[in-house]
Amino acid sequence: MGLLDKEFNDGNIVIAKAEDLMNWARLSSLWQVSFGLACCAIEMMATSASHYDFDRFGVIPRPSPRHADIIIISGTVTLKMATRIKRLYEQMPEPKYIISMGSCSNSGGPYWEHGYHVLKGIDRVIPVDVYVPGCPPRPEALLEGLIKLQEKIRKTSLIKKSA
Amino acid sequence: MSQDILTKTKSSVIRTEEMVLNMGPQHPSTHGVLRLELGLEGEIITKVIPHIGYLHRCFEKHCEAMTYPQIVPYTDRMDYLASMGNEFGYAVAMEKFLGIELPQRVEYIRVIMAEFQRIASHLVALGTYGADIGAFTPFLYCFRDREKILHLFEITCGARLLYNYIWVGGLSHDLHPDFVRKAKDFIKEFRPTIKELNELLSYNKIFIDRTANVGILPVDTAINYGVSGPNLRASGFKWDIRKDDPYSVYDKFDFDIPVGKGTHGTVGDSWDRYFVRILEMEESLKIIEQALDQLPDGDVQSAIPKRIKPNAGQVYGRVENPRGELGYFIISDGSTSPYRVKVRAPSFVTMQILGELCKGYMIADVITILGSIDIVLGEIDR
Amino acid sequence: MKNTEEILQILKDTFPESSIELKADLPVESFIICNPLEIDKISNFLHDNTELDFNSLINLSGVDEIKANQLSVYYHIESTRLKHKLVLKVAADRNNPEVASVTDIWKGANWHEREAYDMFGIKFLNHPDLRRILMPYDWEAGYPLRKDYENPEFYQGMKVPY
Repeated sequence: MGLLDKEFNDGNIVIAKAEDLMNWARLSSLWQVSFGLACCAIEMMATSASHYDFDRFGVIPRPSPRHADIIIISGTVTLKMATRIKRLYEQMPEPKYIISMGSCSNSGGPYWEHGYHVLKGIDRVIPVDVYVPGCPPRPEALLEGLIKLQEKIRKTSLIKKSA
Repeated sequence: MSQDILTKTKSSVIRTEEMVLNMGPQHPSTHGVLRLELGLEGEIITKVIPHIGYLHRCFEKHCEAMTYPQIVPYTDRMDYLASMGNEFGYAVAMEKFLGIELPQRVEYIRVIMAEFQRIASHLVALGTYGADIGAFTPFLYCFRDREKILHLFEITCGARLLYNYIWVGGLSHDLHPDFVRKAKDFIKEFRPTIKELNELLSYNKIFIDRTANVGILPVDTAINYGVSGPNLRASGFKWDIRKDDPYSVYDKFDFDIPVGKGTHGTVGDSWDRYFVRILEMEESLKIIEQALDQLPDGDVQSAIPKRIKPNAGQVYGRVENPRGELGYFIISDGSTSPYRVKVRAPSFVTMQILGELCKGYMIADVITILGSIDIVLGEIDR
Repeated sequence: MKNTEEILQILKDTFPESSIELKADLPVESFIICNPLEIDKISNFLHDNTELDFNSLINLSGVDEIKANQLSVYYHIESTRLKHKLVLKVAADRNNPEVASVTDIWKGANWHEREAYDMFGIKFLNHPDLRRILMPYDWEAGYPLRKDYENPEFYQGMKVPY
């Protein structure tokens, strides 16, 4: 990481690049919109409960999208709901990240063949950063997805805009 | 008192209109994707119109394309908090159709799993209900105990939430050798936990003030609408499919059916609906203890048919799910896939009474009433 | 407690001019077939009669019988006091399906009938609020659970098939 292994010369002074500092601040305190759709939402609730704590990574649930950094799409996205998700995504302020949890929001899940009302993957509507596979994914898998997102944020650059 | 304020303002020159407020699909307290359209006169509710369909996953169309054993994982995902109950209902309906005789060990294990699932589902219902009212600690306590039950399910069939365990004619795996010992340990630890939960939430004065006399459901309205399960029992009517239309081996166990008595308010209010669930958890512990003691030996996969191809006809089979009566209406035309499967989901039927229950209360009471009737959107929309 | 044959006899005596038949040769349960436009009169009688007292509607489901060119509705009703059950069936023509609504008798039928309309297109006469319930309100591609339903390609800019 490189931020905290700089030498402490004069007591409480740390020397680091501005980019590293901003990225470290962003990834340590990702607030999520409490948004659960279906079965994966129960595993997300179990992840934020005390057995597999989400709070130690800095993730706390916020009711409004305007206060949040990440949205975890957990569960099947239907056509009726997809327009509302797009609106929620547009209400979140930059920088925002999306984790797609479970196979239903990755690519339609078990309903891919005959589901006339299921959207086959949320990436048809909004851009996704991390996909977490599973039906439903174990809480440990969701935590790994979060850590991968943190790695991705650590590598972003303030000057060069990503795609 | 709120009604007086309204009549005073109405009688003066102030012009009032009904306001429509949208509690949209994304809301921290609506237990899933549900849209409620509230008509308000000031702060008092005049009408509530629920809009559903945001999680409609075309279960019935999938059933017409899959073979009978392939439908079991899809039935899990309807009411995702009580998956064992969903699979049990499907198995009961299909075994009634095919006339299969099951080994006794299979029946006893199914009952044990269904009752553990009932406890786990009620824990989620009570934990989230407390979180909606504003008490966050019971949520963490309930999920801590639920993890122990999920561990028991995981050592049996490998999954925490959606199991694919109860197949038509048997089970997918036999019990793990450690299961009986761990289950008995859990029962010993859980009885004091219910007492702890009672002291934390049920008899808490703030909780009683918020839930007593709110959302009173009279018995005749409940039966006319088709409400079943804990919601009907909280209104004082003793009706349980396990005793009134018994299936599997429930007639061999000695357990009680708790009903609401109106201890802190009127019979059929939200506190009664909450407390009936706590009493049901205790009764489930009794059933599990008796089943573990009487558990016979046998082969759990001996009665599974090689190919399920029933004759043309139709059947309706039902079980008591944690939320009410779950029924499967299956029509077969003689081939390996069903012709039509209709699921009678308890939350779909219970959702209709929300409009009647909420009239005259305030917006915060809508959350109380919605949490007390304990719906799961996956079941409503299928 | 009465069984289906006794109830059939009582119905035939009360409504001599309606066509009421019993179908008992298929597994598992036998059911009574009635006329779709008279089902509300028959249900009213079944609900109010004290010997029968069917106070609870368990289930109402629509079925598409494409080979017989009809859309049918199955009713499962039950009496919580006398503990007996009954299965009723009505069949309507597929091109213009109309069935009388039983919402006045059992209020729980409201949403069941809306779902049968949404999935099959069966029109229930005298229903207080007949509109789509599960599909979006502006879904124009037809009635999904019919056997000859085809998926649209796009809905509001989103691609529907895989």
